[in-house]
Amino acid sequence: MSDIFRRDPRAEWIARNRLHPQHVPQEPLVLRGPTGLLRKNPHKIGFIGPNGIKRIDRSGASNANQLGRKAAKQVEVELPLHQVDSPDFNILVAVDAVGGRLSSHDRDTLGLAHTLANKGDEKGAVIAVFFDDITEENLETAGIDSLIHFDDKGYKSYNPEQRCADLCELVTTLRPKHILLPDSINGGADLGRRLAAKMNVRPACNVWKVTGDQLICRGGAGKTDITRPLSKLLLVMEECSEPVSDTRHQNMPLSVDVNAQCQLKIQDLGNISVDPNEINLAEAGFILSGGNGITDWPKFHLAAKTLGATEGASRVAVDDGFMPRERQVGATGTWVTAKVYIAVGISGAIQHMQGIGQCHKVVAINSDDSCDMVKRADLSAIGDSSEILDELLNLMQGDTGLSEQGNTEVKYA
Amino acid sequence: MLKDISKTTSKNIKMSVLISVGEHPLSARPRRAEQDARALELGLKLAPESLKILYAGSTGDSAATEVLKEYMGMGIDQLEVLDVPPKTDVTLPLLEKLQQDCPDVVLTGIRAENGESSGMLPYLLSEQLNMAMVPAITDILCIDKTTGFAEVLQALPRGQRRKVKVNLPFIASVDMAAAAPRQSAYGSAMRGHLKIDPVTRTMHDAEQEQWQISPAQARPKRLKIVKAKTAADRFKAATAKVQGGSGKVIYDNKESAEAILKLLKDEKVL
Repeated sequence: MSDIFRRDPRAEWIARNRLHPQHVPQEPLVLRGPTGLLRKNPHKIGFIGPNGIKRIDRSGASNANQLGRKAAKQVEVELPLHQVDSPDFNILVAVDAVGGRLSSHDRDTLGLAHTLANKGDEKGAVIAVFFDDITEENLETAGIDSLIHFDDKGYKSYNPEQRCADLCELVTTLRPKHILLPDSINGGADLGRRLAAKMNVRPACNVWKVTGDQLICRGGAGKTDITRPLSKLLLVMEECSEPVSDTRHQNMPLSVDVNAQCQLKIQDLGNISVDPNEINLAEAGFILSGGNGITDWPKFHLAAKTLGATEGASRVAVDDGFMPRERQVGATGTWVTAKVYIAVGISGAIQHMQGIGQCHKVVAINSDDSCDMVKRADLSAIGDSSEILDELLNLMQGDTGLSEQGNTEVKYA
Repeated sequence: MLKDISKTTSKNIKMSVLISVGEHPLSARPRRAEQDARALELGLKLAPESLKILYAGSTGDSAATEVLKEYMGMGIDQLEVLDVPPKTDVTLPLLEKLQQDCPDVVLTGIRAENGESSGMLPYLLSEQLNMAMVPAITDILCIDKTTGFAEVLQALPRGQRRKVKVNLPFIASVDMAAAAPRQSAYGSAMRGHLKIDPVTRTMHDAEQEQWQISPAQARPKRLKIVKAKTAADRFKAATAKVQGGSGKVIYDNKESAEAILKLLKDEKVL
């Protein structure tokens, strides 16, 4: 055999052309050279594109299949652990934690507590107080150094007097420098004011900014800003501070003996069922909205009643007289904040899409799969709206029938 | 509706409503405070005969008297005024007045429409008078003086309502979700009569003098902070479009109905 080096243009072409079916990816870019040093061959970075020009993709999208495992490993970043071993002072935060989960308002409050605790030379610890169960998964990134948990049966219902008495006793034992509560309708506003009246301190309500030793709070029902000195008890608004995001915290359970006794004058009798159409459209949690595509309006009303949804409408349906004006969703009607919004026969004019901007999950029922509503929706059902509503009603009836059967079986057993 | 309440509600209930002078959020013109007017409406529905309406504040300016007349236009013969000078805490005079009157139910708004508007007044009164405090109510279902209990409806987020049983006497703040107040009638407003009580003991609010009060600033919108380590990540965060159109599209009727039902169950709205 001769020593003549023969080029194989076809093999070279296959090696260049990563789209070729016979193309085999080459060896890793970084190799150990003859001296033992790691060497990177710059000529091997990137690939030749289909038009013959060399391309370097730094986003890692094209290398994903080659270095797939490596990329997956890099995603999990371990945040540094923030530890406070011997705190100079404490900051007490009573979070709302509706359903055991921290809301963004709670996280903002904890973020403000964290900044207050680490403001000067002295280091403080943030103590969070939870009532009821904790179901939050990302608790360690919330900025809680120590955690106090009241999980008696009584805390499952509305018992603001007991919670206030517990907090009051915690304040006397722990002597926190500041007490922070979210000024929210989920209980924080009520609890904070009760605590202030009981402790006989003047709270700063509706606080939205803390700078140094001054704070700014809204007064005059939101019409004025009051700049005043930092107080002991703060009821803070949403977005008062950035939530903690770049440290992990210890969440050390703190056992404090609290057995506050107080006369309970309020007794919770539970939530009552509310007619969904009585609920203000802007605060309804589940809306079934109808538009031009609906041919069978009685069926739409029946579906809303069966599902227990608040009724909404697009402008066309209102103009045509099928729905009253106060039911109109969109820029000219009501801006809704529903968790689930079902749009039946609404193609999605921009004014309507603006109105549903804050909705969490959008379901579109439409005959046209190219309309704007389908592009926005998390789930789209394409077909005749009345037939799909029929199927939904059938399923619902089957469900309730089954559950009733189940109940009777349990009763007889 | 009215008959039902008179059946379940004892006759001789003493009820007081605390009202204040409101301020329109845009024009800043004095008006009936929205929540206080709702409290008064609720009071008029429950105990129209034995209702006492209290206003604590200065009567010096004509604007305040105009607003008080507007309240009287709701069908009130007499309105009691505690003449508290401006920049003075109204808690102490109100406390003394309520201690004299000993009402079973005190109704008021959640927060004032001007001043500090901290919403502390009902809490301070309830603490001092040792009464229960129920926040944000929309209706009172029944008041039974013989057993000493009342049942009230409380407003919750998302239009939900909670039923609460509370010991008498109690203070309640009335939410905006309560029944809207009736219109003010001119004739009734002219016939009404202001009973002005001089106030002996007042407390000057010294702390408030340190405060600086300015018109509300627009709050800055929260920015999406990108904590990217590499230039490529920052570039991606700056240019990446919101991933749209990731929704599922189903063409079969039965399948789509099942998928919708599953979504509703997952979101816990059923």
